[in-house]
Amino acid sequence: MPRRTDIRSILVIGSGPIIIGQAAEFDYSGTQALKALRREGYRVILVNSNPATIMTDPEFADATYIEPLTPEMVERIIARERPDALLPTLGGQTALNLAMALYESGVLERYGVELIGASPQAIRIAEDRLAFKEAMERAGLEVPHSILARSVEEAVDFAERVGYPVLIRPSFTLGGTGAGIARSREELIDRVDLALRLSPVGSALIEESLLGWKEFELEVMRDRHDNFVVVCSIENLDPMGVHTGDSITVAPAQTLTDKEYQRMRDWARAVMSAVGVETGGSNVQFAVNPRDGRMRVIEMNPRVSRSSALASKATGFPIAKIAALLAVGYTLDELRNEITRRTVAAFEPALDYVVVKIPRWAFEKFPGADPTLGPQMKSVGEVMAIGRTFKEALQKAMRGLEIGARGFEGFPPERRPADLRAALICPNPDRLRAVHDALMEGLSVEEIAALTGYDPWFVVQMAELVERERELRRYTLSTVPAALLRQAKREGFSDAQLAALWGCTEREVRQRREAAGIRPRYAQVDTCAAEFEAYTPYLYSTYEESDEAPPTDRPKVVIIGSGPNRIGQGIEFDYSCCQAAFALRELGIESIMVNSNPETVSTDYDTSDRLYFEPLTFEDVLNIVERERPLGVIVQFGGQTALNLTMPLHRAGVPILGTSPDAIDLAEDRGRFSALLRDLDIPQPEHGTATSVEEALRVARDIGYPVLVRPSYVLGGRAMAICYDEETLKAYMREAVWISPERPVLIDRFLEDAYEVEVDAVADGKRVVIGGILQHIEEAGVHSGDSACVLPPYKISRYHLQIIEEYTERIALAMGVRGLINIQFAIKDEIVYVLEANPRASRTVPFISKATGIPLARIATRVMLGQSLEEIGFTRSPEVRAFFVKEAVLPFRKLPGADAILGPEMKSTGEVMGWAETFGHAFAKAEMAAGDALPLTGTVLISVNDFDKGSVLKIARDFHRMGFRLMATRGTAEALRRVGLPVEVVNKVSEGSPHVVDAIREGRVQLILNTPLGPRAYTDGMRIRQAAVRYGVPLLTTLSAAAAAVQAIRAMRDHGFTVKSLQEYYEEGR
Amino acid sequence: MRGILALEDGTVMVGRAFGARATVVGEVVFNTAMTGYQEILTDPSYRGQMVVMTCSHIGNVGVNDEDVESDRPQVAAFIVRALSPVVSNWRATESLEAYLARHGVPGLSEVDTRALTRLIRTKGVMKGALSTEEDADPEALVEMACSWEGLEGRDTVREVTCAAPYTWTEGSGRWQPHGFHPIPEPRHHVVVYDFGVKRSILRRLVDRGCRVTVVPAYTPARDVLRMQPDGIVLSNGPGDPAGLPGIVETVRQLLETGIPLFGICLGHQLIAQAIGARTYKLPFGHHGSNHPVREAATGRVRITAQNHNYAVDPDTLDPREAVITHINLNDGTVEGLTLRGRPVFSVQYHPEANPGPHDADPLFDEWVKRLGR
Repeated sequence: MPRRTDIRSILVIGSGPIIIGQAAEFDYSGTQALKALRREGYRVILVNSNPATIMTDPEFADATYIEPLTPEMVERIIARERPDALLPTLGGQTALNLAMALYESGVLERYGVELIGASPQAIRIAEDRLAFKEAMERAGLEVPHSILARSVEEAVDFAERVGYPVLIRPSFTLGGTGAGIARSREELIDRVDLALRLSPVGSALIEESLLGWKEFELEVMRDRHDNFVVVCSIENLDPMGVHTGDSITVAPAQTLTDKEYQRMRDWARAVMSAVGVETGGSNVQFAVNPRDGRMRVIEMNPRVSRSSALASKATGFPIAKIAALLAVGYTLDELRNEITRRTVAAFEPALDYVVVKIPRWAFEKFPGADPTLGPQMKSVGEVMAIGRTFKEALQKAMRGLEIGARGFEGFPPERRPADLRAALICPNPDRLRAVHDALMEGLSVEEIAALTGYDPWFVVQMAELVERERELRRYTLSTVPAALLRQAKREGFSDAQLAALWGCTEREVRQRREAAGIRPRYAQVDTCAAEFEAYTPYLYSTYEESDEAPPTDRPKVVIIGSGPNRIGQGIEFDYSCCQAAFALRELGIESIMVNSNPETVSTDYDTSDRLYFEPLTFEDVLNIVERERPLGVIVQFGGQTALNLTMPLHRAGVPILGTSPDAIDLAEDRGRFSALLRDLDIPQPEHGTATSVEEALRVARDIGYPVLVRPSYVLGGRAMAICYDEETLKAYMREAVWISPERPVLIDRFLEDAYEVEVDAVADGKRVVIGGILQHIEEAGVHSGDSACVLPPYKISRYHLQIIEEYTERIALAMGVRGLINIQFAIKDEIVYVLEANPRASRTVPFISKATGIPLARIATRVMLGQSLEEIGFTRSPEVRAFFVKEAVLPFRKLPGADAILGPEMKSTGEVMGWAETFGHAFAKAEMAAGDALPLTGTVLISVNDFDKGSVLKIARDFHRMGFRLMATRGTAEALRRVGLPVEVVNKVSEGSPHVVDAIREGRVQLILNTPLGPRAYTDGMRIRQAAVRYGVPLLTTLSAAAAAVQAIRAMRDHGFTVKSLQEYYEEGR
Repeated sequence: MRGILALEDGTVMVGRAFGARATVVGEVVFNTAMTGYQEILTDPSYRGQMVVMTCSHIGNVGVNDEDVESDRPQVAAFIVRALSPVVSNWRATESLEAYLARHGVPGLSEVDTRALTRLIRTKGVMKGALSTEEDADPEALVEMACSWEGLEGRDTVREVTCAAPYTWTEGSGRWQPHGFHPIPEPRHHVVVYDFGVKRSILRRLVDRGCRVTVVPAYTPARDVLRMQPDGIVLSNGPGDPAGLPGIVETVRQLLETGIPLFGICLGHQLIAQAIGARTYKLPFGHHGSNHPVREAATGRVRITAQNHNYAVDPDTLDPREAVITHINLNDGTVEGLTLRGRPVFSVQYHPEANPGPHDADPLFDEWVKRLGR
């Protein structure tokens, strides 16, 4: 049966901003599906609020709406576009929930939109835990014993019957928000209370604990002929109790007999039928008791997921693409396996390698957040590695994480926990390091397996690695036998790891290794374990005998990706890497992508001409360069990961395309960059560097407080702080253990209350063209990645803009930039300062590209390959005919205990864009898209620090005039009363109940304005902010954001929103 | 301890020896299944073959008393990339290494099984010699591989069939595809010709209320008829169907009786031969758990377990006599037949799975339904 011809247009909903639990994998899935649907000739309409995605690039859909993912906004889009069908299975939980809301409110019926890919009934059964449980039991499948509690009493009753611990899962929340384990009655009462509040339907599942059971996942597909395949089996190293997104996972499953595996497969099939998933991909999770093989179905997702993205990358089977094609009527046997070209998609991939995924966390950014892993996902990214064996894959994954490990290694001495056993028992980000050190100390495999809950099979593999490490330590570089060196490489030891063992340099290990003829070979990820000839360009390295997919003789370029997502380096960089691949394709140059992040579009084997799924280390990248002999390597797009490789690759003789390594170094080197600015006569904040407490205090005294302090060479404002006095500076210096003569602390004068502006530009050595100028809405001191910003600037004079343009040109030309450059400016007291310049793709490149329709990264790629801006036809800054607001999305709700405060250290995980003809509407949309819709009426709680008590008056008066009631803590209230504003006084928490947190909890506050005082957390402010996050009340922590909010609310009250596709907007500008 | 594999094309691969110390010859084939090595090892269809597992890690779950398809490992030798140093499964009773050693089967690990697979894929199934003995000489092994007569035309069935008829009563128990059901009272008498039968075929029949009598491969048709069977199963088995003219003649006689016949794998090929069709050798066979097979009548696709080197040539099938019911979607080969006007059907793949998916399990129901009573 061919595809359906009764539908012509399809609306696809994206997943919105990157948040913990819903990340770049949905850009990957969505992009793949969009491409497939358009190739079939459908008109595709996309809505997504996230401008950093590839899917929102205008060429991937016929109509692209970057709008808030709310039922109201999507209804407007449906009313305008009148799609025949809605495909909700590609945008994660967000899209499913949105589709359900539109179905339930009758919007879909009213506009005659058919839900394809998943029926409302199937979605409901999969999402509603009670319905799911009933469906499973009807199908004869076992699920954990549980009850659906609507009250704390019911929960306690059940728990006392089945015994503690029990799990709590609120109904209908995202990524496990509010889920937890209760080990006692007290814990249960507390957690159930929260869960019931978080659940939009006021219920939570209380469940028998399967702690210590092994966890497995099957990624499955089904078509409308009931053809069914398992694409991939995944075994979690972490036992039940740790969210699968936070688990280290291995594919294929390693510890199942065929009998057990086939039973799991049968159950997965039965789950699909019972839930009623007629077509598409799903993920089914199982728990298996390691002592007796008892099995339980844990949950299923009737949509593509993080795991399905991983499974696609792990097997080469493009689940999202196939799911989209099944949704429009194809069957699995009608779709070709494009890797073998002669077989069909109705098959189950056979793996002859092992895939390991390790999550990456960001607890270092959230002091106070609990790093214990549990049922609520906390990781912000992940790395995947492929090896012929588990050992090789594990070692590659560890070094690919970019957390300082060179392979399967223990703790650095200074971080080593006193109690290793505790670090083994409690699930935490460093458990693998703890296992390594425990093995080194001689703990038995049995004991480690018992403490961690890891299957002994995995622990034995790790023990063998430690044993090998011991053996290797008995030699030196010159005495190690070649056979042992080869064995070590086969087991995934990196050159750097060996160098550390032998006290020599990585380069020396490489030389010795190459002299012995020990070089990696490359194998294809071919879906069929070499049974058929494969035509895939998707490769991984291993130390085997045969080598596949020899390099072509075409001109080619290697693009270094950005590795696992982390705060400060996420999907925005992947966007630029993909753009580089597209540009190279346009130029007829072979694009070769190197990346280790399974969530991304860049690691889709379709994106570039060749994909090497490899860790982004010097060794792994140089191996590829030596094999491929490219024209050069692009390092501008892969964030700090790629930038860090620039100098080592350059020194190894690898040509770096575009801006020279020297210029990149100049930008990163504080002293050299300052000298350049001085030469160019461009002001910069006073600054200095220090390597000791005394030096820091001296520098700060010279500069004057407040000062901004941070380490050199970091991304995302890691360990950055503002110090208002000597006390706080001393405290900072004491904590900064990483300081050394090579890694000094940078100390800058902090320009308080300055406006910050950033510019992205492209330069070709002769000409500089600005892509866009963004004004930050939050004042200086908030990390640029966390600040809302607006294009074009709404509060900067023409005069200052001209200065900014001029400085941009001067700096880019002086540095010899060929490609992209991002420059951060601050304006204070009529002076324009340059804060920093980065000759690479910035986080804002995709945002500006969406707002202007100009693909900056593509243009930059062309420049790097020698075209001039004139030849490309990009000689003038694009005109921006509307307001585009970028708002950051913060993870506080996912990280209980963390302070919801913005500062110089970046904390956001993602971003949204709101755009409209007025600034107010654009800002309002951005807030709405970020999940903090501004209220039109109600009560505003104001609690500001003393500095802000004067400036807040105008804002308070504006709220009052718009009919808002004002509530304030004592000090602020006095200031408001003095100017005659009516205000309700509320106690600070420290002043006793009923206090401000009570008011928030009781739902009496619709908007909170709380500005923190100084650099340290103050308990009262922190409690207000935590309450805001916990109870979902929009929170503003700066006055400028509050002023913007006033404009937004006024605009919304004036008239409602309109929506328009990017394509229409661009068309109007022509 | 090193071990050596030598192929008839001169390829020599050195790895680590495990299992028994021995020198053997055999046909080298690869299997792409990711689970179920114990079932593969004990499948009599592998008689005379050395099996290369493409899956990286083998031995992880050890061996147990349940997951056996015959009473001993049948492969000539077992070749893997990484032998597990540990056994981790709640049902395991022994390590793979010890099991193979106990049964005199040599194993080889730490070889590049992917390179080996690619070689077989390109050049076809090859003769090989493998030695885990101390003084093994690569050149001598290559010579041994070349001079071995091979399996073509050889009657390997005689080596694996039972010596005398016996009754089989064990069902699949807790491993029934649809969960545990007690064995029903026997309603049908089924005779199974043992050409190297996998026990799972017998278990699946018992699960469905069949009284199962297993008979040696060379049992004359009249002896079987005397047992008054309601149905006859022609089992799987090793080697070249063209090497079994006597059995083909028996099958021809059985076809004339009108008793429902069910052929599986070799049994399927024998039925084809009996009606005058020919079989031919595939370049490297089908050995794995992921073969898509389309049922012509419904268009439905089943993921099947397969293990065969020969296939039925569709051009030699008389369309007045036989209908092709199933097709392999990977290479279009014949996967199933029914005979016109006769209660006979056969499949090339393994509906009993083990290892492999249970998708085709309903075939047993369909067949048992035809048995009357």
